[in-house]
Amino acid sequence: MSGDGRASEGGEEEVRGARRIPGPRGAVDDLDLESVPRPLLPPPGPAAPDEAVPEQSAAEPPGPAAPERAGPEPSGPEDSGPEDAGPRDPGPEDAGPEQADPEDAGPAQAGPAQAGPAQAGPEQLAPHPFAPHPATPDQATPEPLMTSAPGTGLSHRVLQALLGAWALSACSAEETAAVEDHLTECAPCADEALRLRDAVGLLHTDGSLDLDPTLRSRVMDGCLGRRPARIPVPEHAAPYDAETARLDALLRDIGDSEWHAPVRLRWFEEEREVSRRTTVAGVIGHLTAVDGLLSAALGLDDPLGRGETPQDPIERTERYWSAAQRPPTRTVREPWRAQSHELIRTASFAGRNVAEASVSYGAFALPLQDALLDRAFECWVHGGDIADAVDYPYQAPAAAHLHRMIDLAARLLPAAVAGRRRAGLAGPAKELVTAGAPGRSVHLEIEGHGGGDWFIALDSPAALGSPERAVAQVALDGVEFCRLAAGHISPVEAAAGQEGDREAIRDVLFATASLSRL
Amino acid sequence: MAKETAPRWDRRMQQRLACGEAAALGELYDRFAALVHSQAHRMLDDEDAADLVTREVFAQVWENPEAYDPKQGSMRSWVARLTHRQSVQRLRRAVASSYAAEHGEDAAPDPEELERRVRSATAAARADYIVSSMPAPLRQALELAYVHRRDYRQTAADLGVTEDEARRRLRLGLQLLSTANARPLEGASPPGYGRAR
Repeated sequence: MSGDGRASEGGEEEVRGARRIPGPRGAVDDLDLESVPRPLLPPPGPAAPDEAVPEQSAAEPPGPAAPERAGPEPSGPEDSGPEDAGPRDPGPEDAGPEQADPEDAGPAQAGPAQAGPAQAGPEQLAPHPFAPHPATPDQATPEPLMTSAPGTGLSHRVLQALLGAWALSACSAEETAAVEDHLTECAPCADEALRLRDAVGLLHTDGSLDLDPTLRSRVMDGCLGRRPARIPVPEHAAPYDAETARLDALLRDIGDSEWHAPVRLRWFEEEREVSRRTTVAGVIGHLTAVDGLLSAALGLDDPLGRGETPQDPIERTERYWSAAQRPPTRTVREPWRAQSHELIRTASFAGRNVAEASVSYGAFALPLQDALLDRAFECWVHGGDIADAVDYPYQAPAAAHLHRMIDLAARLLPAAVAGRRRAGLAGPAKELVTAGAPGRSVHLEIEGHGGGDWFIALDSPAALGSPERAVAQVALDGVEFCRLAAGHISPVEAAAGQEGDREAIRDVLFATASLSRL
Repeated sequence: MAKETAPRWDRRMQQRLACGEAAALGELYDRFAALVHSQAHRMLDDEDAADLVTREVFAQVWENPEAYDPKQGSMRSWVARLTHRQSVQRLRRAVASSYAAEHGEDAAPDPEELERRVRSATAAARADYIVSSMPAPLRQALELAYVHRRDYRQTAADLGVTEDEARRRLRLGLQLLSTANARPLEGASPPGYGRAR
């Protein structure tokens, strides 16, 4: 009960998703209907709350008789006000668990199959799409079954219907008093009241615990130590596997409204920071669209559809965004996740055979293993964007994965410097060497987890970066370097420490920022 | 209304695990880790112990996916049963060892007290499972009334339903939840996780 004051002030749209009774959210059909009594069905009337996108529902095949998918409820006595209808059968109240025979009514004796609303007659359980309207003649007469509570004018049925609200202390003082009076004289209601009060004791609000993101790899390692995989996830797909899982765990925990939180995507283009506004759901759409390049390369379905699709990440993203009829919602999560799972699976089966297969991004291409690393990097960066937008913490990748991401950027840098030189944005080449020979280099010293030393060849992508030919050294924290490569900080403010040839350092830092894109 | 067949996802997952596909293990974790961990945590009230149960449960599934019988329910309910079993074992050991630490090596806790602990932990975990599996309209109503302290009239307004309907949902939700307190028959798996027949 603690700490829930914050969200309770919020508007209605905050209510869903913001704070919830914790516990993993599952699908309705996971409940074993045999062993848990089924409730009467809440009518899925026009005003039903947004059930359009229950968590994970898209992945869960419809189970038989999932309660909320059943048809309209027969108009039971509980639906109608006391003045307008009575039960069809004049018998005892037939909806509630007090229907249970006296000998097995108590919560202690009642087996799970007997307790609760499963006692309702079959006509309550089966959907009755054509059940008579409450206003049919034979229902016109209300049939109070027990005496009304003295002095309140509330009938047994009304008081009984209030039991849930009463147990939750969610009715008015007068109603509470009336219910409590009634309980002294109505044994079935007293029994139920006791049971419902006990049930309230099982609710709790101690926030759903965020899973430690490192647990996944520990669990996987433990499993694989006990039974090695016959089809392992290849090493080059491991960072993508880990980062998509991390982002997915974040997405699972955010509320419906947070999917519409604004996100500013930033990158570095034409020597300056540029940005683009979208939402959390829009970011996932962006990831889906660009990950789709790998899908296409692996022979899987392109999320942009069949036929000619653009390869440029920005064009793909624009295409994906504009194809949506309405602003994207949390429904984007499932296709994104299904695609990433499928990519990992396919990459696993293909193994080393396709690691070198080329994935075209339009203006450039990467071997599949680097493309997977690039997508892992993007997934982390945009996961961070989303986490910022919804005010969640988000850690850096595992050190080994971070190291590989940094390594990819370092390997791309000589070509990026050369490209900028051709565009007149970097200093002239000073010393051309034969391909594969050591050339003038900048020593990139990356500190922290996943760090290391890289030597970036300055004058030609064909030259070999080398410690002996280092003309400058620049030191950066690993995460800072990645933020620079993502275009989240400017090259001017990036370096922690530098010494040597200033122009060489400048060229490398600007080239790093130029690796960023939407 | 026995489920004749488990959903396709469950069967396919079982096959993929049996084939030794590590990617399938990852997907399994992504789907069920939160369930397993929170259930274990609810029963043991200890983060490290919940981690260990999580490791053990996934290792069991991975080592022996054939043990899952789709005829007996969903994979989710099977995983919940494994989690329950592991947690109970661990809880018994934890209670016994903390009792021994307090009262000397040969001392054993009162068996009835031990059973009471196991029962209440089971009910708590089962309640979470029921809440997570109940129809969304019922869960939302309970959340509003319990977490947000809305009375049933406000709950009705928040959900855009009649007051009658709000009262009904609160009562039904609690009725479902109350089945978590039912005492399982000797030898039977607890309700809420599906039952072997």
